[in-house]
Amino acid sequence: MRFRQTRGPLEPIVVLWMAIGWVGFALLPWYGIEDGFFGFSWLFDGYPFDSKFAPALVLALKGEKLWLAPLGFLLPAPLLLWGRNKSDPFFGRLLVIVGAAGFGWLLFQGFAIGLHGWQFSWLTSLFGDLGDRQFGMGYGALLVSGAFLFLLTLGIASRGAVGGDVFVVSSIGFVVAVVSIFIFMPILMMLANAMQTDDGGYSLVTFLAKLFSSRLWSLDCLAGGSRCGVAWNSLLLAVLVGLLTMFLGLVFALVVTRSDFRYGKLLRALTVLPIITPAFVIGLAIILLFGLSGAVTQSVAGVFGIQPTRWVYGLPGLLIAQVLAFTPIAFLVLIGVVEGVSPSMEEASQTLRASRWQTFWTVSLPLMRPGLANAFLLGFIESMADFGNPLVLSGNYDVLSTEIFFAIVGAQNDAALAAILALVLLGFTLGAFYAQRFWIGRRSYTTVTGKGDAGVHPRLPDGLTRALYVIAGLWTAFTVLVYAVIFYGSFVRLWGVDQSLTLQHYKKAFAVSWNEFGIHWSGSAWSSFWTTMEIALISAPLTAGVGLLTAYLLVRQNFRGKNAFEFATMLSFAIPGTVIGVSYIIAFNVPPIELTGTGIILVLSFIFRNMPVGVRAGVASMSQIDRSLDESSLTLGANSWQTFRRVILPLLRSAMLAALVYSFVRAMTAISAVIFLVSARYDLSTSYIVGRVENNEYGIAIAYSTVLIVVMLVVIGLMQLVVGSRNIGRRGIQKGDGGWSVRTNVSLPATPGGQTTIAGAG
Amino acid sequence: MIKRAILGAGILATGMWSASSSASAENLTMYCGVDEVWCQQTARAFEEKTGITVDMTRKSAGEIYAQLRAEAANPKGDIWWGGTGDPHLQAAEEGLTEEYKSPLLDQLQPWAIKQAETSGHRTVGIYSGALGFGYNKDLLVKNNLPEPKCWADLTKPEYKGHIQVANPNSSGTAYNMLATIVQLFGEDKGFEYLKALHKNVNQYTKSGSAPIKAAGLGETTIGIVFIHDAVSQVVAGFPIVPVTPCEGTGYEIGSESIIKGARNMEAAKKFYDWALEADVQSTAQDAGSFQVPSNKAAKTSDKAPDLAAIKLIDYDFKKYGSSEERKRLLKKWDEEVASLPQ
Repeated sequence: MRFRQTRGPLEPIVVLWMAIGWVGFALLPWYGIEDGFFGFSWLFDGYPFDSKFAPALVLALKGEKLWLAPLGFLLPAPLLLWGRNKSDPFFGRLLVIVGAAGFGWLLFQGFAIGLHGWQFSWLTSLFGDLGDRQFGMGYGALLVSGAFLFLLTLGIASRGAVGGDVFVVSSIGFVVAVVSIFIFMPILMMLANAMQTDDGGYSLVTFLAKLFSSRLWSLDCLAGGSRCGVAWNSLLLAVLVGLLTMFLGLVFALVVTRSDFRYGKLLRALTVLPIITPAFVIGLAIILLFGLSGAVTQSVAGVFGIQPTRWVYGLPGLLIAQVLAFTPIAFLVLIGVVEGVSPSMEEASQTLRASRWQTFWTVSLPLMRPGLANAFLLGFIESMADFGNPLVLSGNYDVLSTEIFFAIVGAQNDAALAAILALVLLGFTLGAFYAQRFWIGRRSYTTVTGKGDAGVHPRLPDGLTRALYVIAGLWTAFTVLVYAVIFYGSFVRLWGVDQSLTLQHYKKAFAVSWNEFGIHWSGSAWSSFWTTMEIALISAPLTAGVGLLTAYLLVRQNFRGKNAFEFATMLSFAIPGTVIGVSYIIAFNVPPIELTGTGIILVLSFIFRNMPVGVRAGVASMSQIDRSLDESSLTLGANSWQTFRRVILPLLRSAMLAALVYSFVRAMTAISAVIFLVSARYDLSTSYIVGRVENNEYGIAIAYSTVLIVVMLVVIGLMQLVVGSRNIGRRGIQKGDGGWSVRTNVSLPATPGGQTTIAGAG
Repeated sequence: MIKRAILGAGILATGMWSASSSASAENLTMYCGVDEVWCQQTARAFEEKTGITVDMTRKSAGEIYAQLRAEAANPKGDIWWGGTGDPHLQAAEEGLTEEYKSPLLDQLQPWAIKQAETSGHRTVGIYSGALGFGYNKDLLVKNNLPEPKCWADLTKPEYKGHIQVANPNSSGTAYNMLATIVQLFGEDKGFEYLKALHKNVNQYTKSGSAPIKAAGLGETTIGIVFIHDAVSQVVAGFPIVPVTPCEGTGYEIGSESIIKGARNMEAAKKFYDWALEADVQSTAQDAGSFQVPSNKAAKTSDKAPDLAAIKLIDYDFKKYGSSEERKRLLKKWDEEVASLPQ
């Protein structure tokens, strides 16, 4: 902060955080309330003296839970700063000590004392049996931990970190804290869980035996045996899906940008469809078309007189469904990159007498390498994490994602095994992540520079253009066919038996009637539908907020450990949803943070799963905004928060929209993580639909999905209206295209494929 | 600071949240192990009768058992209603469920009371169903296959690739079949049988009733399931014929249990008794469920299989429901049957 206002004897911000801490310590219930975070019946139910609802101060005065008392001594400690100036070294030192001690003690007692007293046997042997226990933390703990955290960052800032900027240091502290709690902690706890044996002990031997079991890694199928290990199955499928989606994505990108094709807009609209379709619905349509009694299988069998088979169950079906579902993502990644390749290189190549083929192979294609790698990576991760399609289509071709699910819910119910499988999955995706970085290497792919290039892309070789048209045409026709089946299927009474048309599936799911209490949502789908809308609408702005804040820190600020910080925030990008789901139930079922069965856990899982997209979108468009704008704002006396709020945010509208739309859509269609996290009260559309699919009630499942697709289109439209587009004066108006393509315009060395990740990862 | 935005969102969220979860007087969290329609019908009927709000989640019996174990330190559910009896017994054995003697116990069929006694009154039978299979008659004709009548028929080579059954690792129904075959033929011969059957199986599904549904849609010819599941498909209009195997067959006892440490213990007991009443059990058929009810006075559908007419084996629920035996058999099945080439 550049300007000092006249202040009282104590810094106002210190007073603020102390006050918040005291509210949490002395007024609000310390432990979580059974009714849920937003149930307020506790106010009339024996608060503040009933131990269940008592604030920590009351507990301490009653002589209960004495391990909370030290917090009460730490909270008033900043009063020692009375009359001291912020630049006084003692100011920073004291705040750092108080903040760190308070936050650390809070965490330590939370993890050390659980439902059964001491959580670690060494504590029992040290102090004897505790004879008391505690539940999950609630409002009080939340505020107190927040207070200590921000006192700590305040201290660090006043010691001069990041130019003494309180807002920036606090933001870094906040992001680091939440990312550690909601990404690292669950993964680490899952790792610990993987080593657990049946009787609760820890054993490396059991762990290794399970990790290297033949079920996972056997190569029988190569030697003529029945089937290969689950890990190989997943790997093979993911590599094939990655390659195929990359290839088809490239084909479409070339058709749209490098040929005379005029309906690019239409093609883009079509690509949005699979992204907003719950994944398994495509699998379902594949069965209706290619299953043993599927329309295509039967007619082909009829025409050629061959015996229809179940060929679609297993690798072929999975491949078709996943390629169909994930090609649009590859397309969105590649279109930016293909457009971004500057014509000057290609022109140079032609001037040097290369043929069109040579130019394409040796110049254009290599320059697209980062985009290709990104597209492959996304397809790979999406395929690894995909849960819905394998559930309906895998036949006897087991893959990791479903195997993890059935390790937990199956009759064996081996949570340790699930954790091990999840680790293998994580290993694969992280491996792919690094392989991709390695492949792109340190070479420069920058062709977009500040210098104007007036050139036009040379024409593609004619043969290539024709081939592109044929492939793109066939695949588009196929996509349209699949969606026609989905739409038609929602009106068919009983697929395969009674083909008469009906509205009964819509009625059954979405009936509304009137009774004496007013409107009655009698359809069976309403409850899950409203929950899904709520959770999606709550998590979308939070995701965008955390993402953009992080992007701001990454692009605009320099601090120690920035690389590690970036890696941490991008980590969940490479973590498949199934792994998040498993790690969340392991980490958040027991105190100190007890969230299973609540809506909050769903919101949190969405925020941290989709955050990287907000970050990437923010980074891409923030790099476009010249630093001089911030600097002039700062020079004119605004502090960094005001600058962020008034200058940068308004310029980030398109990035904000992309993050909002993406996280909303993901929250509506995600299944792999939430299947573990839904509960009686908070059931989501996707898990409801999966249940219907399992019961062969395809009509309802498809009808519900159709409604979801329409709702998503409407909401995306509304978001675009609300957020609006930024208007950058004379430089011409840039419009985010439905939020899906945040174009890096020419003014900077665009990170190759920088905008790409907007399409996001599984 | 940044908190302001988050706070704003939080306030917004609060409003929306409290709108949906109205603060009601009495609640019951129910884990339901039968078909969605039946679950919904039961939950709504109980709400109507008592005014207690029911939060219902439908999951397979195995999933619910897993959830109970995961939540054992901190139970979230109150009542576990429906689903095959084995996991109920397993939960009882591990002390995950509450001991409770219903006053309605003497109105029940002997097999339901036996189930309660086996578990030390931690669970009780609410319905029962016999194992069997069903076939798609159109596909059978199309493929020129003879009508299967016995377990032994299913291992004939002409049915290769026509049979579907669930994987016993993930499905209680399939484990019930595994245990039935072992009890019917003895362990050695039983596993010989399963190996022979393995050659004919086109897919081991994850869920127990999936095979007969696939048969209904024409995705497989024969599905090994509980007979009442096959009957439901017939009633729904699919070309399915249910078969009770000639050698005799095993059965399941669908059960209900009160979860230990339930937060709404009173409501859970109320539900437990209510679900055993004759007129409540008579409504199962309205939901397309054709199991045999456990209350002697409850009415059954004429379409429901008559348990008295089926040759039932003396199924040893205690032995085959125990964790140890289950783990041993599943391991053996994995190693000796599932790993064979088909």
